[in-house]
Amino acid sequence: MVANAHRIISAFADPTRRAVFERLRDGPRSVGEIAKGLPVTRPAVSQHLKVLKDAGAVGDRSEGTRRIYYIDPKGLGAMRAWLDQFWESALDAFALAVEAEAERRPKKEKE
Amino acid sequence: MSTQIRPAPVRKSIFVNAPQDHAFEVFTSGIGRWWPKTHKLGPADLDRPIIEPREGGRWYELDVDGSECEIGKVAVWEPPLRLVLIWQLTPEFTYDPDLITEVEVLFTPEGDGTRVDLEHRDLERMGEKADAMRETVSGPGGWPALLELFAQEATN
Repeated sequence: MVANAHRIISAFADPTRRAVFERLRDGPRSVGEIAKGLPVTRPAVSQHLKVLKDAGAVGDRSEGTRRIYYIDPKGLGAMRAWLDQFWESALDAFALAVEAEAERRPKKEKE
Repeated sequence: MSTQIRPAPVRKSIFVNAPQDHAFEVFTSGIGRWWPKTHKLGPADLDRPIIEPREGGRWYELDVDGSECEIGKVAVWEPPLRLVLIWQLTPEFTYDPDLITEVEVLFTPEGDGTRVDLEHRDLERMGEKADAMRETVSGPGGWPALLELFAQEATN
């Protein structure tokens, strides 16, 4: 588990790799399209994509002879999972607060 | 084809043994009674978050030293049915005025109580800040739980 976390940390530590990742913001792209405008060679881009893929940040699929890369929603899963957990525990606490008050209220009304 | 990758919204439902108007009230004016004290923005201890009871109202954190930190805004204020909050916190739990994600909360009477359905959506906008993930997991006061959760996601 820790190994995976370290992998994502190091995957995003490299500014060029972050730039490669950001090229996928607007949708899936081929290696050639990603490399366009970046000051690195296509093989270098492929290498960065491989690291990002190993870290779970991007996914790929074949389209004819091209390989298309996209941001892996599971890579965004870190944020999503955090929010999921946050709301889960927040709503549990909310329900306790509601019910604590609801129990107190009828007593007050009887007084 | 360029389909945008969109993470699914976070959806949570909970049933509470209380009338709809009471559930709405505790969620909003009573938010200080259930919001986790550990989830705060300012350096001082959290007094309570405050949701101003109107459309366009502020949603902010009030700290014990009197300082305030923005969390977001109130987009829809329809007591006791519906509430839409704008959540403007990054995954690092800092306020970003350019980040707009929505939290919709519906309060539906069910039997003797109320079903509360919460949806936190537009999460891809947080995803656009994905390089913040590095700071999130490695920064001081980062989220140890996040590390674990991420690892689970990554190994799934």
